[in-house]
Order: sequence, then structure tokens, then C-alpha cells
Amino acid sequence: MSTFLLIAISGLGLGSLYFLLAAGLSIIFGLMRVLSFAHGAFLSISGFASWMVLRSFETPSTPRLLLALLVAVLTGGAIALVVEVLLIRPLKGKELEQLLATVGFGMVLVSLMAGTWGPDEHLIPRPQWLTSTTSIAGAPISNSRLLLIGMAAAVMVGIHLILSRTRYGLIIRAGVENSAMVSALGINVKRAFTMVFVAGGMLAGLGGGLAGTYYGGISPFLGDSMLIFSFIVLIIGGLGSINGALIAAVVLGVSQSMANYYVVNGIGDVLVVVLLVATLLVRPQGLLGQKERLI
Amino acid sequence: MTRSAALRYAGVGLLLVVLAVLPFLHRSVGGLLPGPINSPGSLQVLALVMVAAAVAITLDLMFGYTGLASFGHSLYVGFGAYATVILSNNPKLGFALGVPLAIALSAVVAVVGNAAALRLTGLGFSMATLAMAQGFSIAVERGFLGSGGEVGVTFARGVLPDALRGVMNTRNAYWLALALVVVVYGVCAVLVRTHVGHVWQGIRENPLRTKVIGYNVYAYQLASATISCTMAAMCGVVFAVVMGGANPSIAGLHYSLAVVLMVVLGGRGVLWGAALGGILYQFLTLRLPSLSSSDVITRLPDPLQVPLSQPNFFLGVAFVLIILFMPGGLASIVTGRRRTVTRRRGPTGGGDRGLPATPAVSR
Repeated sequence: MSTFLLIAISGLGLGSLYFLLAAGLSIIFGLMRVLSFAHGAFLSISGFASWMVLRSFETPSTPRLLLALLVAVLTGGAIALVVEVLLIRPLKGKELEQLLATVGFGMVLVSLMAGTWGPDEHLIPRPQWLTSTTSIAGAPISNSRLLLIGMAAAVMVGIHLILSRTRYGLIIRAGVENSAMVSALGINVKRAFTMVFVAGGMLAGLGGGLAGTYYGGISPFLGDSMLIFSFIVLIIGGLGSINGALIAAVVLGVSQSMANYYVVNGIGDVLVVVLLVATLLVRPQGLLGQKERLI
Repeated sequence: MTRSAALRYAGVGLLLVVLAVLPFLHRSVGGLLPGPINSPGSLQVLALVMVAAAVAITLDLMFGYTGLASFGHSLYVGFGAYATVILSNNPKLGFALGVPLAIALSAVVAVVGNAAALRLTGLGFSMATLAMAQGFSIAVERGFLGSGGEVGVTFARGVLPDALRGVMNTRNAYWLALALVVVVYGVCAVLVRTHVGHVWQGIRENPLRTKVIGYNVYAYQLASATISCTMAAMCGVVFAVVMGGANPSIAGLHYSLAVVLMVVLGGRGVLWGAALGGILYQFLTLRLPSLSSSDVITRLPDPLQVPLSQPNFFLGVAFVLIILFMPGGLASIVTGRRRTVTRRRGPTGGGDRGLPATPAVSR
């Protein structure tokens, strides 16, 4: 039983990581209809940013870890801002071109990271309390997983509060419905686009910082391997739906970990794709996606 | 036949003759190739370049002509290569039965995979194809179904026919790859000029209007994707012959994106443009690493050396610049802007959805 719980919570941690990437991608897609392939690279470079803050310490203190996470978030946001202004904005209205531009930028960023720091994994030192475990119902759960799950839950609550309680949230929700109408009413949708893209980049940045603590290391290619699963989460959950992304992230993370542990290592990754194909056949718009959105 | 058409055919014929006699030339071309042109190392590079050109042409059929942006083309190239090696290594089948069986299996996979993925349109289709290719790539990297894991699989001793075996016969593999390009180009060039090909281009421009005229858009898309992916699997067969086996480098996201990049680089909706993109991309990825370890680069200061040592840096920058400033790819230099495939969209950008700016009406 304790093994089962351990695997389940590990899967939840993995799902949280997928969710952090997918949530950003989902709002961006909902509002701007842009699917960013550069988010994996955003995650990796933010992971490296947190590594720069932490690397000179044997066991960094908790404030130092928080600083590293903050730096990671800011790095993700800053790079996303550059991409939005230089690549996304000039290609407005051309969905495929925007997507391809992010593909190219992601390639450039990953090759720069690989050229600067080498292709291998760099170890990220962690505070003492993160590497130890907490006993939950007899199962020793690593604290880094609990941190990840807690952060993802906080992000989910935060996104909901912003979307439902603030003026910007209102603009974003209206823009998702009909951005032409919103700009006709005199609201600066362009600025909302930039903000949403930067927010998505910051979420990827947080994901990068947390992935470093979760895996204990960072490599230039970590983000891209996470990105693929985040895309699968997006499609299963329904493109543009954050609640769908949450459900899909949890289901995928847990079932992937379970299958990898109980059946054969690696089969869980294949299972995820099987789940995707099954979803496409039964409900092509995804769990909570709206049908006309997908076209 | 007009005079310009005659000139064009003569030019293509001359190019083919030059490409066909390359293996007889014993000349060194500086650092461009690993040795003299007719050395096995150089011929293998050239053969891989030809395979890449053929793969790019097949993707152009569904992406450039039908508007289906597949991000999972590596699934079919990889499946073709792996199926060829694994089936041929089966003593009951051998190479002679293994290859046709591999192509037939690939066709089945192409029908099933695309039939599922085409339930989504636009970006959803891209994501679905990407994810399926990734599933295959994971399976291959983990070594499921005897695929050998990270090292891949090679033809067992004596499986390949004599003419294609061994270092000294690399030129036969090169000719095979050249023949592949000619066949794939020929099939695609004929297809896009038929009635069916015109319907595909109609779907690319506006799926909804094509449907309203009375065409079964799904069936036409499925036909285009199936033909394209089956030919991609044939490219995989030739890849396996050239490399003497299959490895995970042609399965997975990286290769899928590389093929998309080749087509966009060369020019969407222009077959020879896609081939040119494939040739350039494959040649640069194979040869830039050895160029960057040369003296000229290693003497440069660090901040310059880092980007120059990464082929993907060049290709990524070139890719982004082409998307921003030359949406028709390199081919548009020759064909002019008339034939670029960027869609004319309304101010609200509803082009891909077929319905301009009315998505929210029903709610």
C-alpha cells in the first residue's frame, strides 16, 4: 500500500510539472491561438538560471532556493517577452507561421545552451529539507514532490482568482471568446496578448526552477522532453481549457508513473500516447474543449 | 512544348546526368565532403542528402499542397526503416520479401494513423501527429519489439543483396537514393497536376469552400496524407539500406521538426523547393560540425565560437528569418511572390478556420 501511495504521489508530482507548462500554453492558445514550441526551451533556460544561483553552494538555504525560483520565473518571463515582441507580434493572424517561428527560436535557444554549458546534465544542489522525506500513511514521500504539487495547486488557484476576480482576467476571458470585439470596445488587446504570453513564460520558468529541484539537475534538452507530454496534456484536456489541462495532467502523470513501475519501465510513456489516440477517436475536442474551438 | 519548357527539361536532364556520374569523379572538393567525391564517406553523405530531399518532397505533398501541417513525419520514415531491418532479418522473409512487407505495413500504419489524426484539424492535427510519432520514438528508444534501443538495429550478416553490401558498394546505395528522389518527385509532380491534386490545393486554400462545392474533404486529406506517408516510409527503406540499419535519429520530434524545417526553408508548395531545403538542411547538419572544429573557428574568441559550433544555431536563425521575411522559402527567389503559399487572410485572421471571424456566433 505504501508503495502504491509513493508511486501515486510521484505521478502527481510529474503531473504538476506537466500542468505548469500546459497551463501557460493553454491560456496563450485560448487567447492568442498561438501554440508555442519554445516553451520547452524557456523551461530549460530558467532551470539553468536557477542553477547559476544555486551552484556555488553545497546545501543552499531556503531563502537562496526561493531566490533561485524567483530568478527562474523572471528569466522565463523576460525571454517570453522578447519572443512575443520580436516573433509573435509581427506574425499576428498567421497561426502556423507563429508556431514555426517558436520552433526556430526554441532550436536556437537549445543550441546556445548546449554550446555554452554542454549537453550533459548539471547537478543542482538542494536544501537539506528538500532531499529528505515526509511519511504520509507509511509511505516516505520526497519533499521535492510535495513542493511541486503544492506550487502547482497554488498556481491553479492563482490563475482562477486572476481570471475570475480581476479586470485583466475579465479582458482575457472576453478575448478568448472574441478578441476582435474586445478591441472594438476600445480595450488594448495587444497588451493583453503580451501579458498573457509573458505570464505563460513565467509559468514555464517556475516549472524550470521546480524541475531542477525535482530531478536534482538540469540539461538543455529537459524542457523539450517535458514539452511533448505537455502538448499531450493540452490535447487530452482540450486546447484552451485550463481545467481540462489540470485533469489531464493528473491522470497522465499518475497513470504514466503507475505503468512505468508496475508493468515495464517505459511502457507508461507509450500508454500516454495510447490514451491520446483513444481520446482523439472518442472525443476529438478533448475532455473539456469546445468543438468549434479546435478548427 | 514551349521553348522555356524545353530548356527546363534539358536543365533537369543535365542535372540528373551530373548527379548520376558523381560516383565516377575522383576529385577533392575542399572541406565540403569528408574525402574525394567518389570515396565511400562522401558518397554516403550524398546519399543521405538525397534521402532527405526525398523525405522533404513527400512532406511537401501533404503540408505544402494539402495544408496538412504534419509534425510527425518521422513516424513513417522511422517505421519504414525499422520495419525493413527487422522483417528482413527474419530468416523466413529475407530482404526480397521484407521490403515489400515493410512498405505494405507502413501503408496500413499511414492509413490508420492519419485517419485518427485527421479527426482534428489545423493545429490539432499537427499535435496529434507529433504525439503519435513521439509514441513510436519512445517505443524505439526503449527497445520494444526488438528495435534495439539507443543503438538501433542493423541488417544481419548476408541479408542485404550483394550489390548493396559493403563499403565498396556505397555508390550503388547512392544511385538507389538518387532513384528514390526521381521517383518520389515524379509521382508527386504528376499527382499535384491531376484533378485530385487541384482539389488538394483547394483544401489548402479553404477547406470549408471546398466542402461546400461538394468534395469530401476528409477523404481527399486522408488520400494525400496516406500517399505522402507511405512514400516517406519508402524513404525510410532507402535510409536503412544506406546506413546498413535503422537508429532512433530518424524517429522522434527532432527529425519531424527537421523535415518541416526543410520544407519551409526550401519553399512550401514547390516540390523542387522542398528538395532544395532537404539537401541544404541535411548537408549542413552533416558537415557543419566538422567545419566548426576547423582552425578558423577554434581560433575565434569564446562568445563567437559557441554559436558557430552548433549547426542548429545557424539553421534556427535562418529558419526564423525566412519565416519573418521570406514566407515562400528559398524557392520564392526564383518563382517570385506570385506562387508563395501564404494565405490571404481577413483582418481578423480566420484563414485556417475557413470561416472568417465568426467562431463565436453559435454561442
